[in-house]
Amino acid sequence: MVSTKPIYAPPLASGSKVPNEREGRAYWLTIGLRLLGVGPILILLLLVISLSIASPVFFTTRNVANILSQTAVIAVVAMGQHLVILTRGIDLSVGSNLALASVVGAIAFRFSDSAVLVILAMLLSGAAVGAVNGLVYVFGRLPHPFIITLATLSIAKGLALELAQGRAMPGMPGFIKTLGGDSILGVPYSLFVVLGVTVLMLIMARTMVWGRWIYAVGGKPEAAVRMGIPLRAVLISTYVISGLCAGIGAVLLAGRTDAGSPLFGNLLELDTIAAVIIGGASFLGGRGHIGHALVGAVMIGVIRNALNLLNVDIFFQLIVIGVVIVLAVESDVLRGYLEGRVRTVQAARLQ
Amino acid sequence: MSAGQALPVLGVRNGTKRFGPVLALDDISIEVRRGEVLALLGDNGAGKSTLIKCISGVHQFDSGQVDIDGVPSHIRSPMDARVAGIETVYQDLALFDNLTPAQNFYAGREIARPAWLPLGMRFLSSGQMDIAAKDVLARLKVTLPKLDATVALMSGGQRQAVAVARASVFAHKVVILDEPTAALGLRESRQVLDLISRLRDEGNAVILITHNMEHVTELASRAVVLRQGRKVGELVPDKANQKELVAMIVGA
Repeated sequence: MVSTKPIYAPPLASGSKVPNEREGRAYWLTIGLRLLGVGPILILLLLVISLSIASPVFFTTRNVANILSQTAVIAVVAMGQHLVILTRGIDLSVGSNLALASVVGAIAFRFSDSAVLVILAMLLSGAAVGAVNGLVYVFGRLPHPFIITLATLSIAKGLALELAQGRAMPGMPGFIKTLGGDSILGVPYSLFVVLGVTVLMLIMARTMVWGRWIYAVGGKPEAAVRMGIPLRAVLISTYVISGLCAGIGAVLLAGRTDAGSPLFGNLLELDTIAAVIIGGASFLGGRGHIGHALVGAVMIGVIRNALNLLNVDIFFQLIVIGVVIVLAVESDVLRGYLEGRVRTVQAARLQ
Repeated sequence: MSAGQALPVLGVRNGTKRFGPVLALDDISIEVRRGEVLALLGDNGAGKSTLIKCISGVHQFDSGQVDIDGVPSHIRSPMDARVAGIETVYQDLALFDNLTPAQNFYAGREIARPAWLPLGMRFLSSGQMDIAAKDVLARLKVTLPKLDATVALMSGGQRQAVAVARASVFAHKVVILDEPTAALGLRESRQVLDLISRLRDEGNAVILITHNMEHVTELASRAVVLRQGRKVGELVPDKANQKELVAMIVGA
């Protein structure tokens, strides 16, 4: 973890100067770590300010509402993805899971006009795929969730295509259409859904024992087992919640488009993983605030919207998002390095 | 504390453990009392780790008996051992780098409300845990730069201190330490040794695995030597019999 090369090794013979230098170094390291911590929000603010100056349309009510409703699906699903990434996992199936849930919802609508039933059908479908991910990962003793979620990506997509005969299935209850597509006083209803999910997630992750266990499992799984934390149940729960979030995303997207479609959620796994990483959570697990996923999702929405406003080619947008992901992961690596330095300085102070 | 002065708080009688054809522990008997440090010595593969794993519930003896406060007990899992008041600090410390010391102390045993909910669904009493952790660290004279910083930012000695302090929060009978100073510098080792003596003075029975003879003579009231799964000696270590101790360990 700690680099063995003493890059900043203090000069041994310089007498009383050493402690001061060391204090200074610790100070700068701490500042650097703090900056990295607030980096994503800072960058998002800078982005918004500079875009408001660059484009007169950017900071209008309509455009902001537009960004928010486009971001809503990514944000909700990214929060579920975040829980999985917190436990050192990954959920590649969220996009297909969302597509399947929307198709299940559309089929449910053929049997019942009840919005509640249709929403329940979508949520259950999402949670069920998540449960398959979690159960196979844990009880199949897989070394990493990559494979199982890749498999369910394919299975859910195939199921959705099969059930919908490869076509979009139009029609959603009015309530769902309102939830996904309408707004009140310029604020899209989907934003309230996002905020609701955020609050629930925050309560779970920050104030409940289960949330603490999720962080502990991400920090050190072996230690979690020894400390009596129910590792398997914690892991499975994160995949179920991630699937549930995909189900909520399906409700929003089906509402906005007034349809269920097996083609929904294409590359959503990329967007959500990117949102979590760009937002500043660690890909190595255990670190990150739920807000990180939210900030990351908004950042992706803002970048896409800005590139549109500035008439940048749509293909180029994919490249930009990719580059931003690399930068975000590198800043995570930098954080790990800086923490190593802080540790060394701490030890040096004692000796 | 006074009641247990004479009676061993933990006794292993004729403990035997096999792994397939390998006899890892052969008829081992040890006793440890409150307020004493028992050094467990032996070369690599002598059976020290197996013995403490059997005591802390990771493994079970094939035959033999573990007595706690003189009462035969059945420890079948790490949780059983911890409920019985036996805490173990493993070599890898089992710390969560992403959590603060207080969060590490209570990981898996959080103080939370309300009591009628299952533990996972309860709400953390963070303030209470922070205060309790602070008290324990102050009592054991462990100084950390910042209590709200994660363990990832701490030096090896500080991490070791946090792990030992965590054990002391819950241990009310026995603390087992597996080579607590192996990865530490001189001054940090010193601090951990002081910490161990404080644990002992608070009335815990301490089982200490170490390869450092200096530490053994300084801290241990008794030393038990294992070789190839058998107990080959037990003596009160001092400066004079250090050579004898080393000879026992290597079998010369």
